[in-house]
Amino acid sequence: MNRTFLRRIAAPSVAALALGLAVSACGAGNETASTSSSTNDLSGKLDGAGSSAQESAMDAWRAGFQKENSGVTVNYDPSGSGAGVEKFNAGGVDFAGSDSPLDAEKGELDAAKKRCGGDAIEVPNYVSPIAVVFNVEGVDELQLSPKTMAAIFDGKITSWDDAAIKAENPDAKLPSTTIAPVHRSDESGTTKNFTDYLEKAGGGAWTHPADKVWPIKSGEGANQTSGMISAVKGGKGTVGYADLSQVGDLSAASIKVGEKWVEPSAEGASKAVEASPLEEGRPANDMAVEIDRTTTTEGAYPLMLTSYLIACPTYDEAKAEVVKGFLTYVVSDQGQKDAAENAGSAPIPASFAEKAQKIVDSISAK
Amino acid sequence: MSIIEAKAGPPKRRLGDLVFANLTRAAGMVILLALAGVAIFLTIEGIPAFAAGPGDLSGAANFAAYVWPLVFGTLLAAVLALAIALPLAIGVALTVSHYAPRRLATLIGYMVDLLAAVPSVIYGLWGGLFLGPHLVPLYEWLAEHLSWIPFFAGPASTTGRTILTASIVLAIMVLPIITAISREIFAQTPRLNEEAALALGATRWEMIRLSVFPYARSGIVSAAMLGLGRALGETMAVAMVLSASGVITLNLISSTNPSTIAANIALTFADATGLQVNALIASGLVLFVITFVVNFAARWIVSRSEVQV
Repeated sequence: MNRTFLRRIAAPSVAALALGLAVSACGAGNETASTSSSTNDLSGKLDGAGSSAQESAMDAWRAGFQKENSGVTVNYDPSGSGAGVEKFNAGGVDFAGSDSPLDAEKGELDAAKKRCGGDAIEVPNYVSPIAVVFNVEGVDELQLSPKTMAAIFDGKITSWDDAAIKAENPDAKLPSTTIAPVHRSDESGTTKNFTDYLEKAGGGAWTHPADKVWPIKSGEGANQTSGMISAVKGGKGTVGYADLSQVGDLSAASIKVGEKWVEPSAEGASKAVEASPLEEGRPANDMAVEIDRTTTTEGAYPLMLTSYLIACPTYDEAKAEVVKGFLTYVVSDQGQKDAAENAGSAPIPASFAEKAQKIVDSISAK
Repeated sequence: MSIIEAKAGPPKRRLGDLVFANLTRAAGMVILLALAGVAIFLTIEGIPAFAAGPGDLSGAANFAAYVWPLVFGTLLAAVLALAIALPLAIGVALTVSHYAPRRLATLIGYMVDLLAAVPSVIYGLWGGLFLGPHLVPLYEWLAEHLSWIPFFAGPASTTGRTILTASIVLAIMVLPIITAISREIFAQTPRLNEEAALALGATRWEMIRLSVFPYARSGIVSAAMLGLGRALGETMAVAMVLSASGVITLNLISSTNPSTIAANIALTFADATGLQVNALIASGLVLFVITFVVNFAARWIVSRSEVQV
């Protein structure tokens, strides 16, 4: 074997072989290994898009559903509620996840009706408490009423040892550090629900309308929940708001509900949803919830986020069965339990789940 | 033997020459086509945004009002970064080419090149999680003692994620580019000129000022422009370090900072729909034009004052 042979033939062919093996290994890794027996004979592909708040819960639902129905592939693109609803209305995806119900003013209800050939169905499938996290030296527990919270985040209360905070926390040793409120710099359903809570429960202390974008142009901004948590952790005297499941070891404040102080919890969020009425003037199969931020129900934690699944009432024969099967799983006890384990969300209350199930059952073939 | 007269005609070209010439021409064309393609895409997708209203522009009245704070932030961060990095880079390049002993110089060269190998996301993480909090005492000192200067006015940020921190991170990212090019340029100075200056009794620094800098001026400007281009377009590092509020302010140490065009696109693109996407692409077009203009201006300035060597 001389050098020319090696250089011209042997080496390149070995390299090509190695490359081919490496590339085929890449491809093989993408196949889902389904060794479990499937109990149903559903098959097909489902595409969804929307809320990124639902992402970890959606991962749990997809995994659970695909395990039971190995012939089905469910895809979900957490591109944001707005993008998801737009794709759904354009017919690009089969279902959408959204942190806020379809907006009649923005024409989303009509667009969905046009896409589906009938009123779209909308069911709440994800409830998550929002915790007010803080990082103040020497303070482990904090109690804040919505009015004080609104004043803090509006920049009206600037120091941790302010009289208003002291009045609500007589036992805490509050330092004189400056308060640094942290908000989300990206469009977020968490921001929308937090500002909605401050507006409705703040008793006039919060004058900005609820919005996905933080309305005040000053203060520390952080990107995504992970950015919010690291900003609060990394600063001194910082206070922010984030999904309870992502809080880690940061302390969360208790909020005033009625006359009592309630700690953030999944059960509390669930109770708050239960105590809230459905929105008026919506189509029959649309369960948009008008969250009652001023509820005084025992143990309720009204600072939470409700996310919805939007689907059509009718689909083509094969697709209708798969959509119905998936949505049934999502709102079922088992599905909600899987999501609670994986994403730390609160299971939707039984009364809501029952109504949602009835609506999902009405999905039929065209 | 009779003298053979050479036929007067075009020089004989071998096939290899032809192929090579055309390949290089094609390579040049590809670059121009790619640039043109990007410019055309940006223009076509960005035009609808010029007619967009407040609903799609995060509350700004029109596109100009939307993009102006971003342009301000981009230019501020880039200018600060260049102001920090350029003197440092020239100093390092001079050290490597003229001052340091051979072995130390090679080592320094390797270290600086290593800086260029670090991914920008890592710089972003380091800036946001390490540098920011460690700069807070400095910001507090500045706010306490120098708050009469508009740059250091406001209440100091408690997390340190300000535009000054972002500029420092950008400066570190831009340093290896400017240093590498400057180093090569300085090494190319004709030895004769240097030795002539030294022979006339110039000190080392005077020699550099007299014979290296005039020769290297054009090269330093191109190095600075490359660095500026990177600073203008740097996305992830700024997005992760900056706590952006989209306001125009000269206050470098508070929590309220202007955002940059690239960071704004990175942060808001995922949630953008419809005309918002067009607005983001149009802001990208504005950045493209700014980089072009800055480059042309720099080249023109250099060509005006070129030293004929």
